[in-house]
Amino acid sequence: MSESAARPSVLRHALAAFGPVIGLAAVCALFAALRFETFATRDNFSIILQQTAVIGVAALGMTLVIVAGGIDLSVGSIIALVTVVIALLLKHGTPPLLAALGGVGVGALCGAVSGLLITRMRLLPFVVTLGMMGTLRGTAKFVANEQPVYPDETWLNGLMQLGRSGLPAGVWLMLGLAVLMALAMRYTRFGRHVFAIGSNELTARLCGVPVERVKLGVYALGAAFAGVAALLQFAYITGGDPTTAAGLELNIIAAVVIGGASLTGGRGGVTGTLVGALIMSVVANGCTKLGLSNSVQEIVTGGIIIAAVLLDHLRRGGEQKM
Amino acid sequence: MNPILQLRDIRMRFGATVALDGVSLEVAPGEVHALVGENGAGKSTLMKILSGALAPDSGAMTLAGAAYSPAGPLAARRAGVVMVNQELAIAPHLSVAENIVLGAEPGGSVFVRHAESWRIAGAALAELGRPDIPLGVPAGLLGIAEQQLVEIARALALGCRVLVLDEPTSSLTQADTEKLFALVRRLRAQGKSVIYISHFLEEVTALSDRLTVLRDGRSVATARTAVTSAGEIARLMVGRQVSELYVRHNRAPGAVMLKVDNLAGPVKPSAATFELRRGEVLGIAGLVGAGRSELLRAIFALDAVRAGTVQVGVHAGPASPLRRWRQGVGLLSEDRKTEGLALKLSLEHNLTLPRLGAFVRPAALAAETATWIEKLGVRAAGPAQAVGALSGGNQQKIALGRLLRNGSDVLLLDEPTRGVDIGAKQNIYRLIDGLASAGKSVLMVSSYLPELLGTCDRIAVMCRGTLGPSRPVAEWTEHTIMLAATGAGNLGN
Repeated sequence: MSESAARPSVLRHALAAFGPVIGLAAVCALFAALRFETFATRDNFSIILQQTAVIGVAALGMTLVIVAGGIDLSVGSIIALVTVVIALLLKHGTPPLLAALGGVGVGALCGAVSGLLITRMRLLPFVVTLGMMGTLRGTAKFVANEQPVYPDETWLNGLMQLGRSGLPAGVWLMLGLAVLMALAMRYTRFGRHVFAIGSNELTARLCGVPVERVKLGVYALGAAFAGVAALLQFAYITGGDPTTAAGLELNIIAAVVIGGASLTGGRGGVTGTLVGALIMSVVANGCTKLGLSNSVQEIVTGGIIIAAVLLDHLRRGGEQKM
Repeated sequence: MNPILQLRDIRMRFGATVALDGVSLEVAPGEVHALVGENGAGKSTLMKILSGALAPDSGAMTLAGAAYSPAGPLAARRAGVVMVNQELAIAPHLSVAENIVLGAEPGGSVFVRHAESWRIAGAALAELGRPDIPLGVPAGLLGIAEQQLVEIARALALGCRVLVLDEPTSSLTQADTEKLFALVRRLRAQGKSVIYISHFLEEVTALSDRLTVLRDGRSVATARTAVTSAGEIARLMVGRQVSELYVRHNRAPGAVMLKVDNLAGPVKPSAATFELRRGEVLGIAGLVGAGRSELLRAIFALDAVRAGTVQVGVHAGPASPLRRWRQGVGLLSEDRKTEGLALKLSLEHNLTLPRLGAFVRPAALAAETATWIEKLGVRAAGPAQAVGALSGGNQQKIALGRLLRNGSDVLLLDEPTRGVDIGAKQNIYRLIDGLASAGKSVLMVSSYLPELLGTCDRIAVMCRGTLGPSRPVAEWTEHTIMLAATGAGNLGN
């Protein structure tokens, strides 16, 4: 009798752990069933991974911010600004590696500004990063003189290239960063502090967590990841474009949320986030293969976000009755 | 007389957990019926069923002779069963009148008849003997006691027949508690029935006509309060004889561990000075709002300090909560749910948060947590369980365990037994005694005078931000503490 009572909770637990993965398998199966010969190929999966890289890397940083109970709406603008910065640095003859690092540094700096405003002035993250979104987009356009910047080709442009040896370097970069982020969240004091702040900031403060410093680090690190995403975006569009990645922050946040993170903080993970990003790429790719228009894609993606949150809510609603 | 409310053999289970295992309860009209039981005995589940938030698996309920099975909280309110929770349900930005008629606004489906609202609200407050409360001010500007009154007025405005008060005095001062008692007696005289849930047996004894004891999901006894002693009630609650509740071994205080000199916060405390020695429990008494918690928080550097110094052992100088933990000081928050614990995080996360290496090994921390669960006698599924799923007493053990794990020498305990049942209280008293006997220093804030008198070596009383001199516990009585806490003690000096 107690066994039958325990079974739903085991099922629920499995759903909690693998919900996003099941969702990913489901959309893959759906498109494979409809367009097997063009969808379920090795090349197409490489393309899907390539198209996930930019959002995926930025979403890793966003996971950290959201788990800490914050939000960063400025990442789309940071990506645009950083592509421009990298392009301009290359134009001025900076070595490619330094240009890339410089770009990531500028990204981190933008995040640090948000973080400072949020922790020192005690402003709401939503409002601060909404402001930064506009400011940084404008800055990108200003320094690029409202024009895309195309420097001479370097090895940076090859980061997102398909072919020859399988997956593009950018995808490996995403996977490597994901492993690092997962380890940091689970095996470091910093990771524990991030979860504590997101779950209950007062408890964190009581327990001696340097809340301001950790939050500042979270926003800087989250934006640094956006900087790396910008490097990949730069490689993908082979230049710096101040108008690129407009509205991308919402896709990035959506990936994190589909992956099971809670916008109220304290909950989320790297695996879920990557799966969430993949789900969105698969849907985009599959819809293209089916010849569906952009509008249908947007409707489907929106539906998936709501469905993911709804499932999560139903699951947790069941838990809370205990 | 026929009962107004009758519950027969109510049963309820959640998954594998049996919450209620046959509860019967009868409430007579014009009766104050106390419901007592340890945390986890099933009081809250029963009240959720009564107020329509949950439907029982089996059992029968009747209200005034008719079958009663509310479809939801609104249906229960309409039927005349209204619950006032520990956490008040007040819309702080709405006016007092709007709050009182909330959910039952007079008028059609679109427009609200404003004047009628005011009349209803005014009548309800008059019925409670408090026509002085202004109807137009935002309810959030009132004190806690008045907000509670507004909720009770809302119940009356709805034509309530059975009023359920759940731990109504937990955040009230002594004076407000007395006022609430008068109010409950007034309602009783008007023929209303009140179900009164409380941890404080003195309140139950002072106020109720009859009482029902819940234990492990069953109603084990119903008795007339007048012929039942507090000791008997406690015995029924825990199902065994409660041995001496308070323990205090003889101890010889050692070196000074905490030296507070003229410490002042932005508002409270004002210039507090005291010393706390090794192997000593110093109690701080006072009314709610006297500045006791603020004093602890200032010592722990959680709140700003305006003036004065704090010296912990040999450490003086700049302070932060992190430094305090490292200096061997630990603070137990008075508010377990909003500050003390991150309820959604696991026992392990909560217990180990103050002291973590730069790199953590989750497996080792889980094993360490498991040993603490064992040592503290926490009833939990394991280190990975969310701390919010535990009962109040077990949560408090985890919050206290955090201080013990840190090896704290100076323990600042703010209301350490608030909201925990009598069995857990006894555990905590023993723990405090054991710690002090082992040479730790304990600074304990409590609003419950018997426990201060029973566990502390010295007591100081705080009144309006000013900390009085500490005296050995033998020189205090409940009466003299109350006099000092209300400022009346100074008149004699």
